[in-house]
Amino acid sequence: MTLGNIENRERFLSNIRDKIGGLSADKPVQKPNWSTQPQYRVLKDQNQDQLIKVLKDQCKHIHTDFYHTDEQHLDETLNEIFEEYGVRSIVYTCDSRFQDHKVDTSLKQSGLDTWEWDDNEKEASIQFSEKADVGITFSDITLAESGTVVLFNGQGKGRSVSLLPQNYIAIIPKSTIVKRMTQATEKIHKQVENGEDISSCINFITGPSNSADIEMNLIVGVHGPIRAAYVVVDDI
Amino acid sequence: MPMQIGEKEFKQRVTKGLDDNFMRGAVRSAQGRLQNNRASAADELGDWEDWRTLGKEIRQHTIEHLDYYLHQLSEKVAELGGNVFFAETAEEANEYVKNVVKSKNAKKIAKSKSMVTEEISMNEALEELGCDVVETDLGEYILQMDDHDPPSHIVAPALHKNKEQIRDVFRDKLGYEKTEKPEELALFAREKLREEFLSAEVGITGCNFAVAESGSFALVTNEGNARMVTTLPETQITVMGMERIVPGWEELDIVVSLLTRAAVGQKLTSYITALTGPKQSEEGDGPEEFHLVIVDNGRSKILGTEFQEALHCIRCAACINVCPVYRHVGGHAYGSIYPGPIGAVLSPLLSDYDEYKDLPYASSLCGACTEVCPVKIPLHEQLIAHRRNIIEEDKKGSLAEKVAMKGFGQMAGSANLYQMATKMAPILSTPFSSKNQIRKGLGPLKHWTESRDFPKPANESFRSWFKQRNKRGVQHDVRKH
Repeated sequence: MTLGNIENRERFLSNIRDKIGGLSADKPVQKPNWSTQPQYRVLKDQNQDQLIKVLKDQCKHIHTDFYHTDEQHLDETLNEIFEEYGVRSIVYTCDSRFQDHKVDTSLKQSGLDTWEWDDNEKEASIQFSEKADVGITFSDITLAESGTVVLFNGQGKGRSVSLLPQNYIAIIPKSTIVKRMTQATEKIHKQVENGEDISSCINFITGPSNSADIEMNLIVGVHGPIRAAYVVVDDI
Repeated sequence: MPMQIGEKEFKQRVTKGLDDNFMRGAVRSAQGRLQNNRASAADELGDWEDWRTLGKEIRQHTIEHLDYYLHQLSEKVAELGGNVFFAETAEEANEYVKNVVKSKNAKKIAKSKSMVTEEISMNEALEELGCDVVETDLGEYILQMDDHDPPSHIVAPALHKNKEQIRDVFRDKLGYEKTEKPEELALFAREKLREEFLSAEVGITGCNFAVAESGSFALVTNEGNARMVTTLPETQITVMGMERIVPGWEELDIVVSLLTRAAVGQKLTSYITALTGPKQSEEGDGPEEFHLVIVDNGRSKILGTEFQEALHCIRCAACINVCPVYRHVGGHAYGSIYPGPIGAVLSPLLSDYDEYKDLPYASSLCGACTEVCPVKIPLHEQLIAHRRNIIEEDKKGSLAEKVAMKGFGQMAGSANLYQMATKMAPILSTPFSSKNQIRKGLGPLKHWTESRDFPKPANESFRSWFKQRNKRGVQHDVRKH
């Protein structure tokens, strides 16, 4: 990859260094031991089933429909949501989990207009997503406390799928559920530490889009999806 | 929009605010909701004081080693193929952004909310090039449509407007035909702005927090516009104030958890978007090209001074939401895009005392701001430090004009100011009082009112009472409350 340019850095940083008495910028700084770490106390000792309950309760606060099913009944649950949302067109990410759990077969057989995200067909994929009634992705990490699905966008997993359609469905394998953001950022931090590439766009999505910019009244559905559903799936 | 907004005179701005009943009603109810939401989110999380302590430690460590972390950040961004420009002044930042836009031959630019770009007047600079710059945050869009009305709050920029006023702006400027229902107004903006997102060539974002260890940027939003701006245009430019950075992802967790609760009482906002470099070659959507502009614009003047902690601010506006002065005069009275207690601390630092000498006096020093700050900035103490400095400079005759509002001693010497201040005292205490007792005090007063009531300041000042009394010729009138 071509390196990007860095301009004006030395003058800028030496000015800062003069003010704070910093050392040479390339000498590593050690993070101190923080005096307290309350983030590890949140939902401490809660097991996976208790976390599902926390997630379910949180969904009420974030205007998100919650479903809990197993692999065998996943297509039934999805069809139920499609009916409820009046879905006629669907876009979903190019993610092997759709094949592994046979979701793609049932989507294709549903008789609805479907589109699997295609990086090589960027414009067409964006256009389809923009008009689609629903976008579906799998969750990579799910945060029980805040009711958040974390998506590592990347090859095959277009950013638009969870953003442009009118509605959004996240399929949440039970094993992806963790307590809170702390567990997700810890994982990403480890990837960075190990010198691995991290996703160019990590989305922490908590329900449908909303705004309180008009008289502080909550309006659900602004630029992103207007409705959202989470489907927790056991056994996957 | 430059940092300085509205009329030049602080007194005129305050009077305008006090006379604006629409605005004051809107601000009162917004403050109430935001205060409650913040308090219950903090309670629900538990250990809030520990969280604040950790937040403070992280911000302090980061700012004390800012040179190191900015160096690390820029290295990582460049490794990913992004370009980094360090801008000491607003002019340098705007010049760089203009050159990028020119090199792309871009005509339409979609922006997500960013206070630092307001501070450096970036929109005006880009408009000089003949570009169409579209603000896409709902609040910012409303203000832009309303002939660039300035923001009055750093989180909810259109807080001073009610829904009828917003309906009228949309009707007059955009041909909107529906009602003042917030849902209908938002749906209209959604449709209008979709076209803009899809046709913009360049997207410009601010930055809530940069993550030094990986060269990432976190955008904390609810509407989804920042995601649009970083998904659809070919080129992305991110502009950050130089202090808006954390060492790593573990620290990002803490500051984001504090920010969303302190700002709006949410556990997390709908979207926390963490972007790292331009899109990878095998990906479909996302920007091909990424530029980062790191802005000083007066911030380094604050480093190494007694005000260094002001740079710890994470822009949650909790201090604004509890401030009794903000409640009555509104955001525009501060004459700065940074209003409220943090604005009164920061504006004179980023600019100077000549421009913002009155702001440190736009405070009752009740300390409520300090108490709610999620990273424990001693805001009211910093306001006192400003007052001390202003008095020193004034003595030396180095201030261009006499300071309008000073402590009680000097104020009482000026008849006009004394009248204005005494007129404000009962107004300032009204929302928290019932009958003639203050039952819900703020800041240090809170501890007093928890166990007893505090007498409410009289509605009538001693002077006006005395004048009336003499007119009426009554010898033993009872002072009205």
